[in-house]
Amino acid sequence: MELTVDNVTQSLDIEPDMPLLWVLRDELGLTGVKYGCGIAQCGACTVQIDGAAVRACQTRVGDVWGPVITIHGLGTPDALHAVQAAWVDHQVAQCGYCQSGQIVQAAALLAQTPDPSYEQINDALSGNLCRCGTYPRLRAAVKTAAAKLREAPE
Amino acid sequence: MSRAGKIARRTFLIGSAAMAGGVAFGVVMYKRPHHNPLLDTLGKDAAALTPYVLITPQGITLITPRADLGQGAYHLQAALIAEELDVSLDQVTVDPGPPSPAYYNTALSGDAVPFAATDDGWMAETARAVADVPMKLFGIQVTGGSTTVPDAWDKLRHAGAVARETLKAAAAAQTGHNADDLHTENGAVILPDGTRLPYTDLVDTVAQTDPVTDVTLRDPSEWRLVGHNMQRLDMVAKSTGTQAYGIDVELEGMLHAAVRTNPRQGGTLRGFDASEAETMRGVHKVIAIPGGVGVLADNTWRAMQAVNAVKIEWDETDLYPAAMDDHWRILADSFDAASRDSRFKDEGDVEATLAATDAVQAEYRAPYLAHAPLEPVNATVLVTDARVDVWTGTQIPRFVQDNVAQITGHDADDVHVHGQVIGGSFGHRLEDTVVRQAAHLARAVKGTPVKLTLSREEDMMHDFPRQIAMARGRGAVADGQVTAFDLGLAMPSVLASQLGRQGLPAAGPDLQIVAGAWDQPFAIPDYRVTGYRAQGLAPVSSWRSVGASTNGFFHDSFLDELIHAAGADPLEERLRLCNHAPSRKVLEAVGEMSDWGKPLAEGQGRGVAYCLSFGVPCAEVVEVTDTADGIRIDKVFVAAEVGRVIDPVNFENQVQGGVIWGLGHAIMSEITYSEGRATQDNFDSFPFLRLYQCPQISVRGLENDSAVRGVGEPPVPPAAPALANAIFAATGKRLREMPFNKHVVFV
Repeated sequence: MELTVDNVTQSLDIEPDMPLLWVLRDELGLTGVKYGCGIAQCGACTVQIDGAAVRACQTRVGDVWGPVITIHGLGTPDALHAVQAAWVDHQVAQCGYCQSGQIVQAAALLAQTPDPSYEQINDALSGNLCRCGTYPRLRAAVKTAAAKLREAPE
Repeated sequence: MSRAGKIARRTFLIGSAAMAGGVAFGVVMYKRPHHNPLLDTLGKDAAALTPYVLITPQGITLITPRADLGQGAYHLQAALIAEELDVSLDQVTVDPGPPSPAYYNTALSGDAVPFAATDDGWMAETARAVADVPMKLFGIQVTGGSTTVPDAWDKLRHAGAVARETLKAAAAAQTGHNADDLHTENGAVILPDGTRLPYTDLVDTVAQTDPVTDVTLRDPSEWRLVGHNMQRLDMVAKSTGTQAYGIDVELEGMLHAAVRTNPRQGGTLRGFDASEAETMRGVHKVIAIPGGVGVLADNTWRAMQAVNAVKIEWDETDLYPAAMDDHWRILADSFDAASRDSRFKDEGDVEATLAATDAVQAEYRAPYLAHAPLEPVNATVLVTDARVDVWTGTQIPRFVQDNVAQITGHDADDVHVHGQVIGGSFGHRLEDTVVRQAAHLARAVKGTPVKLTLSREEDMMHDFPRQIAMARGRGAVADGQVTAFDLGLAMPSVLASQLGRQGLPAAGPDLQIVAGAWDQPFAIPDYRVTGYRAQGLAPVSSWRSVGASTNGFFHDSFLDELIHAAGADPLEERLRLCNHAPSRKVLEAVGEMSDWGKPLAEGQGRGVAYCLSFGVPCAEVVEVTDTADGIRIDKVFVAAEVGRVIDPVNFENQVQGGVIWGLGHAIMSEITYSEGRATQDNFDSFPFLRLYQCPQISVRGLENDSAVRGVGEPPVPPAAPALANAIFAATGKRLREMPFNKHVVFV
């Protein structure tokens, strides 16, 4: 099976019904993608497939229909994506465990909706659970990232 | 963007015995200190001071022994050392260090004595000092009770200052200057002519230098870090997926494990058939463990699939009632003399006053609640003949050492715990079941590391939840004032349940049964709080704010009912009754922040609540609107007295998080048992506050008190009563049972 993740195409000997989450984490070592619930309730495993934010825990690897972008492919510590930079500036993270999913979800929102209202931000990110309660900072960070991306798109 | 300091997850290189004794290894620059008069004035033993600073030619490492659960503990501990050491946070590496008696928590015992945090009389201080002794004997290295900051405040700044002055003494010896003519700046000793001697170049001389322990801590006016907005060290890693947590541990040749244990807490295994599971792809081994079965496989998902394919026969157990009604019945039956646990508050003559008047009466309930941090609990264990290595995020590393040693048959000293960054805890990592399970599995495959990751379902169903609790209030009002307040609180003992799992006794009353109620600073003429210990309920554990998480709701809700009955203003009457100056200031602050007296629109309501917990007076005002779609929470205003706000950004994060924690669970969450099994096993049945439900939260930290306090837990208790009081103001409906969505609809 061929899988393109973060712009690298790999060949994998894997059962097609394994969730993409566990392929990314255990087979490819992309541990920034997190396991939180396994039933698409928390969003910690969010990745983009063809630009759409999806829950990797509920996506069979055999059903992946396009290139996958994870938190690692979005940006790196030395080359932050605008959403990641906004997250650092606003100091959103507490435990940080949900933030990979939040950031990938937010990046997908901003690619579609460059100037989202607070209501649109709420709608897009309410599927991503944060138990630490970083919501106020997270909301502000999405606004900052949106403004930066409108000035200088990725 | 600046390069942030790294938080190392590698194995700590210095032996724990060396660290505990403070022996120099040529690189450890911080020796066991001599007699220190400063510590005497702090009432602390000089032996409390152990290495927090490690300097090698390669760099500076700050040891931050309290676990980072997301509350920024590593960052705050590092900042306190760095403040006095004159280094910037991007120059250092932060390492949690090994488990060691040297890192025992002196602040934890403060809440173990029956004196309110507002009581600074000699009896209270003596009791706190005595309670420190067993903490030292046990070497309890625990993260919890919002104690990281109070424990670290003097200790770590002092450690930084000793290191700084010793470096100056070493530089003086090396250059022939007088130490008084030298100063430090940005990781270097500066000579009178401006020459910089980096700390890392002084290692050899420092190893020959006696530590300078007679040091003066910096005046607050000189602080570069404390009180200023800081950039937390872990933000880049946590925003790029590069922060490694325990669940991300990867070792050469490692097997992945999954377990299933009896869905009834404490239940055992009768038998199992693994014939199908053993044939599944990637499965290495199926092993019986206490109470269940584990599967070792080459991938986490394969292990989870296989463990679900094992046919298991469970033992029926009756350690606690199978059905929920019986849990409530036990609580209702516990308000009697035989179950009485404590009555630390008994002022005036409650019985006489209530007998002479029509008492206001109310009963309140709060359910079991799961901790459910987003990172499911996990542990990686490698057993060899000589030693055991454990990689896990834990708040109790010393207990982990002992418990693993018992399972594997090693000496505790040969069990090496490598603390991992934790994806949320809220008290969950004060338990170590998962580590014990991983040790059982790893013991069966010596030489091969085993990483056990609990499924969300296994984690939630076997959580030792927040205590279930019930309260009964009776009170009286006269002439527009609250005159009598009698509150009984019934719940299981968290302390007994938790210590029992560590094989430790819990003698005497459990203060958590009445915490957040008996110790509130109100001058009510007839005022009594009684704790009742309910027996035979499900095992429970510490959950963010512990006893106060239920009692703050009970105490303040009942006070609000009485104030309403008296016809008084909720804020004014609380202020009139409050006899503790710092607490009055937090109440005044939220009044001002929320424009308390200003009329609201039709359908809106405003509620205030107050709770003193973990030594922190905290007041909150909640504003709600009763919309066509249900109750919407619009705004929350919070003021908390913490003595010092060390990092305003992290402070605001913690307080907002605490408010959201309190509100979310109060509205919609509960754990119930049916046939002895937890009914809720994932976030579909155990929901929590989502972004669209999150109000604006304005935070103010007050610094009027002399004691410096942690703020991880104190914002939780007032959130639920402030919301209930606001809903009462908006709708006239009084909420006496959590979760509130049993009684009102929320947006």
